[in-house]
Amino acid sequence: MAPILSVRDLEKTYEGGFQALKSVSLDIQEGEVFALLGPNGAGKTTLISTICGLVRPTSGSIYVGGHDALKEYRAARQLIGLVPQEMPTAPFEIVGDTVALSRGLFGLRPDPARVESILKDLTLWEKRSNPIMALSGGMKRRLLVAKALAHEPKILFLDEPTAGVDVELRHDMWRIVGELKDRGVTIILTTHYIEEAEEMADRVGVINKGEIILVEEKAELMRKLGRKLLTLSLTEPISAIPGGLSGYQLTLENDGTCLTYTYDTHAERTGITSLLTDLSKEGVRFHDLQTDQSSLEDIFVGLVRQEQETS
Amino acid sequence: MNFEAVKSIYISEMARTRRTIMQSVISPVISTVLYFVVFGAAIGSRITEVDGVSYGAFIVPGLIMLSLMTQSLSNASFGIYFPRFTGTIFEVLSAPVSFFEITVAYVGAAATKSILVGLIILITANFFVDIEIQHPFWMAAFFILTAVTFALLGFIIGIWADNFEKLQFVPLLIVTPLAFLGGSFYSINMLPEIWQKVTLINPVVYLISGFRWSFYGQADVSLWLSLFATMLFLGGSLAIVHWIFKTGYRLKP
Repeated sequence: MAPILSVRDLEKTYEGGFQALKSVSLDIQEGEVFALLGPNGAGKTTLISTICGLVRPTSGSIYVGGHDALKEYRAARQLIGLVPQEMPTAPFEIVGDTVALSRGLFGLRPDPARVESILKDLTLWEKRSNPIMALSGGMKRRLLVAKALAHEPKILFLDEPTAGVDVELRHDMWRIVGELKDRGVTIILTTHYIEEAEEMADRVGVINKGEIILVEEKAELMRKLGRKLLTLSLTEPISAIPGGLSGYQLTLENDGTCLTYTYDTHAERTGITSLLTDLSKEGVRFHDLQTDQSSLEDIFVGLVRQEQETS
Repeated sequence: MNFEAVKSIYISEMARTRRTIMQSVISPVISTVLYFVVFGAAIGSRITEVDGVSYGAFIVPGLIMLSLMTQSLSNASFGIYFPRFTGTIFEVLSAPVSFFEITVAYVGAAATKSILVGLIILITANFFVDIEIQHPFWMAAFFILTAVTFALLGFIIGIWADNFEKLQFVPLLIVTPLAFLGGSFYSINMLPEIWQKVTLINPVVYLISGFRWSFYGQADVSLWLSLFATMLFLGGSLAIVHWIFKTGYRLKP
């Protein structure tokens, strides 16, 4: 099946000479949820903005549903909805009117029933006659989603949809994305949260310094790179790791009060049982333990570091 | 042509006028009444006639032009600057809307508002002095051309400005002085000879002169020169807007 979005050798150099995108190529399949990860300034927003027509590419091509995003910009943009990272809203505009405006911008005739159903889906119907400035931060974000959906796009871009929002709203956002995915909308989002990419994404791409350094099925990526950390708080500090434990990947921290063990969550044998047995054999006692899973962010920090070391 | 988009932006811009009815419509009316009280009644009573027209009636076209120019300018510059300032412009720029359509919608809305203000001033003035309009067609032509031209100029300023200070700079420091010195309140024949020549550099002179001619058949410069200057102004503004969109200046990096 032809990808719904195809980016080929996309380059963007800003006027000041800063190269934000270096030969980016990316294919997005219809109906998938794609998570784009990268540190600040990696080019995530530039990539999204260029696809959406907010930034002019220096070279390369973008095809949306088979339409050239520059030459056939009307057909291409018709398929796209964008929820930007910052929450730009006109404070004095009325909620219902602003959704109707978004619909009109895409050349669609007014459809109050459609606007009503979108506002109800995003639990904003009660607020339809209020000015935007009367909305809470969470409502504003939902309103931006409502505006982006007003023209029934096939592809939805969510730039950091849950940056700085509370847990409830984050789950709300996940629910909305889930529903859209069920309806067949292709979703491309940028995020920093492991739960988010894990919960929603089918595929993950990592971008750093304007280059896509990895695109992988999420499950595959987690399997490849998922590490877990077991931290043991020792009852009594030890000066060195006992010789009988040399077979394990252990490090001693916090003046010998803390022992950490790294293991692969997806390996058949994690080695935890034998480690604990060997610990008691060596007479090392602990009063607490905790495990931490490496987040996608850790994974990608690892990747980025690897990049820097090899270059 | 995406008519729905033009309509939507236009409606949304006009809704902004309704929300700010005081500042958009009532304040220019109040300032016009003040001009009448000061120039028409207080000072005007000492000036009998200018070019065969009573001074009170003489200043009406100038007053309307002054408001038309400043209103078009501020409506259009604010109309495009504010979405840039808040960031909501992204929605227009990422929609299937051409630059031509964006310009038509924003400039059209700004020009409509200032034309409304101009008409209200004309009606208000009618209560103070007798007004005759000898050439209604030309009057409407100068009226609309000036509104559109200055709305385009305002649109350019709104895109160029990257802070509120710059947004105010051109209207306050350039256009208002030019409008005042362009014969809003006097005929340039009243000036010393040397200043009559200097004044001809001021493009606003031609607009006011042409507009006043459509009322009373009296002009400082010839009608065709007025029309030519107005069209030149319009053409220049259109060329700059075309350049802005071609290069993405201040809108699309």
